Amino acid sequence: MSIAAPRRRRTLAQRDARTGLILISPTLVIVLAVVVVPLLWSILISFQRLRLLDVGKADLFQALTLANFERVFASGGLWSSLGTTLAYSAGSVILSISLGLLAAMVVRKPFRGRTFVRAAFLLPYVAPVVAVTFVWRTMLNPQFGIVNEIGQSLFGWAQPIPFLSQAQGNWDLLGLDIPVPTALFTAILFEGWRYFPFAFLFLMARLEAMSTEAEEAAMVDGASRLQSFRYILLPQLMPVIALLAVLRTIWTFNEFDDIFLLTGGAAGTGVASVRIYDFLTVQRNVGAASAQSLILSLVLVLLLVIYLYMLRRRGEKA
Amino acid sequence: MSTQASHTIAEPMHGTIRTPVSPSPKPSRRPWSRDRIERKSLNILRWAVIAFFLLVTLLPFYYMILLSLKPTEALLRNPASLIATPAELTLDTYIQVLAPTSGGGQGFGTFLANSALVSIGAVILSLVIAIPGAYAVARLPFFGRRQVNALFLAAYLFPAIVMAIPLFVLFTRIGLRGSLVGLVLVYIAQTVPVAIYMLRNYLETVPVSIEEAGLVDGLTRFGVLRRISLRLVMPSIMATGLFVFMIAWNEFLFALLFLVERRDSWTVSLGLSQLSGSVEVPTTVLMAGSVVLTLPILALFFATERLLTGGLTAGAEKG
Repeated sequence: MSIAAPRRRRTLAQRDARTGLILISPTLVIVLAVVVVPLLWSILISFQRLRLLDVGKADLFQALTLANFERVFASGGLWSSLGTTLAYSAGSVILSISLGLLAAMVVRKPFRGRTFVRAAFLLPYVAPVVAVTFVWRTMLNPQFGIVNEIGQSLFGWAQPIPFLSQAQGNWDLLGLDIPVPTALFTAILFEGWRYFPFAFLFLMARLEAMSTEAEEAAMVDGASRLQSFRYILLPQLMPVIALLAVLRTIWTFNEFDDIFLLTGGAAGTGVASVRIYDFLTVQRNVGAASAQSLILSLVLVLLLVIYLYMLRRRGEKA
Repeated sequence: MSTQASHTIAEPMHGTIRTPVSPSPKPSRRPWSRDRIERKSLNILRWAVIAFFLLVTLLPFYYMILLSLKPTEALLRNPASLIATPAELTLDTYIQVLAPTSGGGQGFGTFLANSALVSIGAVILSLVIAIPGAYAVARLPFFGRRQVNALFLAAYLFPAIVMAIPLFVLFTRIGLRGSLVGLVLVYIAQTVPVAIYMLRNYLETVPVSIEEAGLVDGLTRFGVLRRISLRLVMPSIMATGLFVFMIAWNEFLFALLFLVERRDSWTVSLGLSQLSGSVEVPTTVLMAGSVVLTLPILALFFATERLLTGGLTAGAEKG
């Protein structure tokens, strides 16, 4: 028995390894078939001339060309769409994480009805995007939307604001005319509203797992609330905030649904993903759509590399 | 309401410091220290912030339900009204939106059936595929485990819009575009990575010793998974299933790309987005459609909220 034991364990490990491969293979197959292979294929398509009409019968390995990239770069919309995407992503990520942090802080201490409040805070994130964009569009409607109605009767707006169809508006602030990209601004507000619960969830989980000792010690030493937030809580939350920033940047950068459903990409909100969709369905040029999506992915990867590099350097300094 | 609530809760905790009317029990204490001012103003601010968040999160949903119960004329007559008089209330909007197009409705009944079919199909298949995979990743030291993990993470993070084009081409070629089956396939691939991530977290909570006891008693690995581990994490598996359901139910882009030409296979999301672009369908009727789309998800979510949020954020707690 004692002699047989080591051999038995080795075979068990081997058996386990084989079972592991068998168990993982269905997942692997579907991820390879529906994610990895299409991805590689998409790179191929971006170098081929492929029209929507020919999708069913076109030769898989037809001649390679750079025409798609020429087209994507030439039409001038590329840089403005990337700029819009950047502004939109940065605004949305910062807004949603700040709101999430604020929300997590205010429900940190127990109070009556906390469970209800927390559940309510999650609503925007859980509800279907089509439904919430539709409600927002109705509420912001210049003809019968409640926001404009209340704005005019309560806050004395001279005329209804076309929140989702005005590319540029002028806000009269203390006598200054400040130009504001209204529709983009509204879209960013929407993103902040819809995705703050995501940051809220993660930050709340981190806050709950955190020990209160350091905070109590600081309080005994005479630190005020804001000081203890600034110097004790925030540094501990930073890793989660950094993670959230990465995740939200990845997702917002390629966000299609929200913008498409809110404004259709009109009025200065034409982000890159909507441009991809336009290439595909309006211009019916699959190759160009693919090329645009490849460029978008590359920009995203570049951003992430810069970001991770910065994080690393900051980590080395500290 | 808010000040009162803050009192009842905060009183036992900071009884000696609060209550500004009664003289302080410790006269030596500085009456207006920075800490005290901050504490007081922050407390007021806190309730104001909570009220603000509640307003912005709840109002759109309240507005959705409100409009769905009103006739269109009432909305146009008085757009700023946030209440509905009992005389106005109507369920006609729901009848109109759910009735089949042949009966003069918008056919959301069919859309609901399509959505349910696709979502439930995605849940079942995704779990069947992800459970063994998650167990392997959690427990079994197979070759290439780390690479597989990284691959799944990448697949999960990878943007849908980039995947959309090749999948559009691929599914057109093999004739699956325009069918609900194709949509289910895409949803499986989109949800399996996150399902594996969640399930792995749950499966890792099962003590190794219990599994080893099963092995010693003559079970195979497969038997251990089926008879021991799965039983122990059953509630978490349901939570994962519900999460997959939510993703599939809410999904819009692929439904749009794959099904837009075939009205009879539209999902609720797609139907609502398509019809809301047209002028013919009254807003209140579409609001009823929004409620129909939103309600199942919210019901499911709140029934399982604890489980879901715990599983999703397990990584953050460690971090």
